[in-house]
Amino acid sequence: MQQAARSTIKAAATNDEAIVQVRGIDKTYGDIEALRNVDLEFSRGKLTTLLGPSGCGKTTLLKIIAGLVPATAGEIRVNGRVVTGPGPERAFVFQDFALMPWATVMRNVAFGLELRGVNAAERKRIATHYIEEVGLVGFEDKYPHELSGGMRQRVGIARAFSVNADVLLLDEPFSAVDEQNRRKFQEDLLRLVDLEKKTFIFVTHSIEEAVYVSDRIVLLSPRPGRISQIIDPKIDRSASPDDIRRDPGYLNTVEEIWDGLRHYVD
Amino acid sequence: MSSSLKLIDVTGADKAPVNIGQALGRLFEKVPALWTLASLALLFGAWEIAGLVPISIAFPTFTSTVAAFVEMVLDGTMGHAYFLTLQPLLLGVAVSAVLGIVLGILMGLSLKAEWLLAPVFIVLQAAPMAALVPLVTFIYGIGLTAKTLAVIMLALPVIVLNSYKAVRHVNPSLVAMCRSFQGTRLQQIMKIIIPDASPVIFAGLRLGIAAGFIGVMLAELLITPTGVGDLITYHRSIANYAHMYAAVASIIVVSTVTLAALQWFEIRFLRPEKRKR
Repeated sequence: MQQAARSTIKAAATNDEAIVQVRGIDKTYGDIEALRNVDLEFSRGKLTTLLGPSGCGKTTLLKIIAGLVPATAGEIRVNGRVVTGPGPERAFVFQDFALMPWATVMRNVAFGLELRGVNAAERKRIATHYIEEVGLVGFEDKYPHELSGGMRQRVGIARAFSVNADVLLLDEPFSAVDEQNRRKFQEDLLRLVDLEKKTFIFVTHSIEEAVYVSDRIVLLSPRPGRISQIIDPKIDRSASPDDIRRDPGYLNTVEEIWDGLRHYVD
Repeated sequence: MSSSLKLIDVTGADKAPVNIGQALGRLFEKVPALWTLASLALLFGAWEIAGLVPISIAFPTFTSTVAAFVEMVLDGTMGHAYFLTLQPLLLGVAVSAVLGIVLGILMGLSLKAEWLLAPVFIVLQAAPMAALVPLVTFIYGIGLTAKTLAVIMLALPVIVLNSYKAVRHVNPSLVAMCRSFQGTRLQQIMKIIIPDASPVIFAGLRLGIAAGFIGVMLAELLITPTGVGDLITYHRSIANYAHMYAAVASIIVVSTVTLAALQWFEIRFLRPEKRKR
């Protein structure tokens, strides 16, 4: 009786706070130590960014959380359960989009559902909703090569949304998108975060991007990757995009991060 | 001069006085197939002229070759020859295609299959198969089996090796994507690996079928004087050059049409995105 009560409390606690827990993760590739003893918690409903110079293991950490890459030591828990591979509560957005060139936008967006055996009508209904949400109405029957880089990544994001995962893992999603589209994208991402009420884990090497979109920024130091700093930017998200970019809090946070990272860059 | 006129015309000057060059230019823009026809007309024209010169007494004109072809079709010799040639060809190509793609995909998916089979096919591809074709006669005589085997010997290695390389070069990011959405291994193979590999598999199939045509011709010229090969040998031996060339040209046409049909099939059914290009 008492034990049951305690476990409910514990479950409630993990529900409210950390949806993803990273415990003592080490990762070595042969002789190279990519990550050393990483402990982290990701809050439910928040957008947390993993930021750091190249070689700090941020993408490796994201892929370990996704279950795509096994850790050498340590464990990942999502919703309190230990992760052994990819799972339905997580969805991944790839840096290179990973769209099937032979499939239309519609089929690409619905692919996660297709793999789960959802019937065609239901797939179409769900995919149509998310195609609309990412602003690709009218492109349902186009093939990826007919879309711009920015539009292709919208397909990738819609695909991740359509499987209704709790956690979205985004691996430098805008790095292959040009600067103008990037800004538009960052604004759209904030709108989607607000709309979908999901947990986002976002990897980027752009300080401005991290500060602009994140509730929390985890700075990783390189070789081996360790947590060097955790920053919670205090920015009023309700302001217009231009005002956010001029906000002193925004600019100071960018400077603070740059000071922290400067000595890693030769 | 006329080419610059045509360029202006493309931009849409309808008022300009229409001359033949312009009209022709516009027609070629609208019907790209005309370029193909023009290319063939050029080839056959050159052939006709070379035959009329003549560059050799053993070189007939295009028109006499066509006449010989019609004659052979009408008297049934052409039909009979193809009846004999197509049997080992179809059989051999079908076996090579199915076996080759299955083995190649298997080698691409499994390291053990690769270790077991790759060396065999690399050696087979490097070996001058034409030299080995007569050996088949010692074992299987001069029947259908020997001819089919000759087709397989030439077609199989290239199909296997292309399918194998195609699977090995599948975009790893797409495979990771399939895994991240909890696709099973079977779904991964059927929905990602095979479609992504299909352009290279089909390139191998085209090379394999072309090699199969070489195989069946070699068999008919070297082993069993039957079919189209016999037609060529026979008419050469009695100096009936127009008939000989008609047989040669017909097999080239059949081979070309087969390969074009395969390409159409691939684009139609496997890679729909290429239709829009």
